[in-house]
Amino acid sequence: MSKKSIQLIPVKFTALLLIAVLFAGCGSDKKKNGSDEITLSETELGAGLLDDINSAKQIFYSLPSPLETAMLIKSAGATYNEEFLNPVENTANYTTNRSMALNLGIYTTDLSFASLFDQTQTSIQYMNAAKQMADGLGILDAIDNNTIERLEENINNRDVIMDIISETFMSSSSFLTENERPALASIVLVGGWVEGLYIASSLVDENDQIKDNKLIGRIVDQKLSFDIVLKLLDESKDNTDVASILRDINDLKTTFDKITIKTSKIEVVPDEESNVTILRSKSKVNMTPAVFKELQEKVNVLRNKFIS
Amino acid sequence: MKKVFQLTVAIALLAIVPLSVNAQCKGFAKKMCKVELYPYTHDGNYHAAILTVGEEAELYKTFYSDQDYRISVCGAPGLPEIEFRIIDTDRNVLYSNKDNEYSWIWDFRLEASQQLKISVKVPTADGLPEEIDGGCVAIMFGVNEKN
Repeated sequence: MSKKSIQLIPVKFTALLLIAVLFAGCGSDKKKNGSDEITLSETELGAGLLDDINSAKQIFYSLPSPLETAMLIKSAGATYNEEFLNPVENTANYTTNRSMALNLGIYTTDLSFASLFDQTQTSIQYMNAAKQMADGLGILDAIDNNTIERLEENINNRDVIMDIISETFMSSSSFLTENERPALASIVLVGGWVEGLYIASSLVDENDQIKDNKLIGRIVDQKLSFDIVLKLLDESKDNTDVASILRDINDLKTTFDKITIKTSKIEVVPDEESNVTILRSKSKVNMTPAVFKELQEKVNVLRNKFIS
Repeated sequence: MKKVFQLTVAIALLAIVPLSVNAQCKGFAKKMCKVELYPYTHDGNYHAAILTVGEEAELYKTFYSDQDYRISVCGAPGLPEIEFRIIDTDRNVLYSNKDNEYSWIWDFRLEASQQLKISVKVPTADGLPEEIDGGCVAIMFGVNEKN
């Protein structure tokens, strides 16, 4: 496996720099030979600082991306219905960071959904809608005119389109994270997740049986991701936009709590021929039709709040 | 005056270093880690961080039944081989790349949807240059479209 060279980050250099600032800021008089040079012991400083850094474990919470969400809905046998997408005409209504971040996620899920069903013109319209949200948030170059042109040129090439969607989503999230706006990055993800839940639950007919219904199965599975949604938002709960979304989304908790999922122990079964390891287990879901209806209604209310 | 200048330079560097480090990390993830996902489609999520030697990171994600996944965990050249383990909610280790020559990728499919933890560690290693204590580590996922 080849590894391309990348400059490593000398942590001790950063530590030294930090200490240098602290010393200077405190008006240290430590001088050497009459100059303003600060003498530091790299060994002592590095060891202490690194111990502190090492004791902190970094935690990531990962939600299904808009692309994965759309794939999950499609593979569950969903049909395409444009009626359930957030109309692109609504873009003009979104002027706050909260609404633009939520709808960047929502439009990216809609874009993914339309693309997976080969809705070429709709895909271009939704890429433009996502671009407007990204521009409004000051996300530079994540979706530019070249992206739209590339999408148009490859409109009949599903693989390239998936790659463009994945690339733009990654660029948007990384831009927000890199620019110290992780709260907005979380809001984008949650917007996309709620849109997927809304599309999937809207596609379920009220006469559909719960048992052995793959689409309902996918919706129920979101109970597992809901836990991650709460943890992700909780990390930025000091942000007022995140706090308000956390309050709104918590309404789903009482309903998800009424659903039980029991899973058997996982058996690891490697397949040497395909190289895909199967994680074998069974799950049993307990949910009444009334609870599912309640979930559908709550998701509908939440999503309409996000797009209004 | 010289001290004020040094302070200004130091503060400016402190402000710039994290941004350039993050941008570098994204570039690394995109160029090195994402390509490992092929022929799977990158899901679009981005998880990367600067980890120091001996430091661990954990990622929590729900994986869905009957969906093929590829995980790619890669570390910047110069770092020791990155260890990653997939752990279920009962803390059973389902996979460890340490048993597979520190492979960067693992392909799997679940029969029932599960929330799993990916534990990533930059192990301590003898002979590591003293000035290199950390580097970019990225975790990415690929999915396969099912018809």
